[in-house]
Amino acid sequence: MRRVAILGGTRGMGRALARRFVERGDWVALLGRDADELARSKADLEARGTPGVRVAVGLCDLEDTNSFRPALEGVEQALEGLDTVVVTAAVFATQEKLEQDPVLAHKMLTVDFANTIVFCEEARKKLLLRGSGTLCVFSSVAGDRARKPVVLYGAAKAGLSAYLEGLDHRYRSQGLTTVCVKPGFVKTAMTAGLPIPPFAGDPDEVAQTVIEAIDAGTPVVYAPAIWRAVMTAIKAMPRFVMRRAKF
Amino acid sequence: MANTRIGGWGRQFVEGEELQPETLDGAPPVLFRGLGRSYGDSSLPAASSPVVVNTTRANRIIHFDAATGVLRAEAGLSLVDMNRTFLPRGWFTPVSPGTSFVTLGGMVAADVHGKNHHVDGCFGSHVTRLKMRVADGRVLECGPDLERELFLATVAGMGLTGQILEVEFGLRRIPTPWLIQESERVADIDEYIACLKQSAKDWPMTVGWIDCLARGKSLGRGFLMKGRWAQAHEAPARFPKELPNIRMPFTAPEFLLSRPTVQAFNFALYNSHWQKKKVGRVDPFRFFYPLDFVQDWNRGYGKRGLTQYQCVLPDSAGSEAARRFLEILSARGGASFLCVIKDCGPESPAYLSFPKPGISIALDIAVRDDTQALIDALNEHVLREGGRIYLAKDQFTRPEHFKAMETRLPAFQEVRAKWDPEKRFKSAQSVRLFGD
Repeated sequence: MRRVAILGGTRGMGRALARRFVERGDWVALLGRDADELARSKADLEARGTPGVRVAVGLCDLEDTNSFRPALEGVEQALEGLDTVVVTAAVFATQEKLEQDPVLAHKMLTVDFANTIVFCEEARKKLLLRGSGTLCVFSSVAGDRARKPVVLYGAAKAGLSAYLEGLDHRYRSQGLTTVCVKPGFVKTAMTAGLPIPPFAGDPDEVAQTVIEAIDAGTPVVYAPAIWRAVMTAIKAMPRFVMRRAKF
Repeated sequence: MANTRIGGWGRQFVEGEELQPETLDGAPPVLFRGLGRSYGDSSLPAASSPVVVNTTRANRIIHFDAATGVLRAEAGLSLVDMNRTFLPRGWFTPVSPGTSFVTLGGMVAADVHGKNHHVDGCFGSHVTRLKMRVADGRVLECGPDLERELFLATVAGMGLTGQILEVEFGLRRIPTPWLIQESERVADIDEYIACLKQSAKDWPMTVGWIDCLARGKSLGRGFLMKGRWAQAHEAPARFPKELPNIRMPFTAPEFLLSRPTVQAFNFALYNSHWQKKKVGRVDPFRFFYPLDFVQDWNRGYGKRGLTQYQCVLPDSAGSEAARRFLEILSARGGASFLCVIKDCGPESPAYLSFPKPGISIALDIAVRDDTQALIDALNEHVLREGGRIYLAKDQFTRPEHFKAMETRLPAFQEVRAKWDPEKRFKSAQSVRLFGD
């Protein structure tokens, strides 16, 4: 049985993942910034979970680095331990919006890169202290190759993916398993309004892939899996093609 | 967000914008829709108000009482999700429609019925509370004993009285997740109706299928299926496997549903049931949702899509009413190849609830040039017999026909106007049939 903290577990892929955990008997703590949403999701997980499953919540805001440590400590107490930390929360905006609004761009870069890493550092220390654990973070296929529609968002995610690879190299032998999830296009509220490309996934399907990767300790996982092939092809494209390509 | 094509299950599309938030708290005051399984334009936005809110991401369970079975959940929770969670624990919805791809909100708004209507009524009669947001922005609770008028207009109200945010109802204990099914071959429509009414006395669930292409002496030949939950000693201890999921990969060409192919299919189906009676154990997925395992099966009806015609013919019209109906259908030649006939129990107090004592006939019809004329002819017949149609299926009924059939419409419109005087909540269907 796992004791899992999920930052961003009230919505989208985090919500789907939290449900999979409790349905098989894992204990889950939801971290987020909206107390009402946390309470609603807690009730949902308690109703769906196998009997005896424990669900906790804690306030934590990726925009506020001071909230990280108390939040992790709080839910660690509530679950009487913590062996898995998952981060699905992030800020997303289209390239056009980010270009027009430097304040939003700064917020996205800070939250998705710097603050996410600071949160992971807190989680890493906690997990290493107990001897072992899994840190699973949702990066993005956008970080694999710089592309026109995701110049800024992709830059933040590329940095995050590099950090997670570094953690894997440095700490796997000490017991920390790092899982970097690279979702392709997934139909959630985050991507609402964007044109839906081929191979778009849905949150339940992604959750299944991710939970298998967490159990297996896979360092990098694409979800849906077809995106590994898609990104391999895109990474192989020469610059002159990428300058003309629309994607 | 750019406009997209929004369609019902019959694949008749309109232009509009479909929002899909994860929480319904800040949703704009427009029509809600769920999984879009109503066949016609019930869940489509009106041209004058082209935005709809899709509730399917608001799918959290609020509370489940494992002692009593009372479940309260957000309106976007789907039946397929509910079954995955609660069937293994021995709980099932008191009323299930023929697909599990429906939301709780949709089940209330259409007041769906199932194979057990003659015993248990519609879904709405099992609902104890609705949490709603009405046109003036107030969020309130209603139920059979609270704001009763609003409740009775919202059940079967097709989303026109306000936004259904949460639904509370009682799940039912089942002895095992398996069913005992008996199917019986019947030679013609008279035998079919007699069998249907007879089995309603002994079986909690009945439904049947008729070959609409058979004529003359075999008019109305088909099978009648009867079911009940299996008791522990009749069923294996294991949980039934869900059906495999396949997807209709393309929109089929029209000739696939032409008369000869369908005739061959029906002939094979009818003759595969060579015994007079078959009894067996069946899993709930095959029993309740035989079509759910083909995702997008509606694409099998080709580019122009399909419509379903469903009407109820009252007991007062006599047992001959079904024969007369089939004769009209048959005279028009092969418009539909399968029809589902089941019997209906008492009428619900909900203003626009479809069933009333009698028999319900449902047929899938591929949309063709003569579809409007066919529906008009069927409607005129149903009107003469004192019957009515089911809004959740309708796309082609003329407003004058509907108004003549639905004598409760003025009372419904009065309640609707009281709660939503500016008509913020309207659908393509409400504009077509009610005028607003």
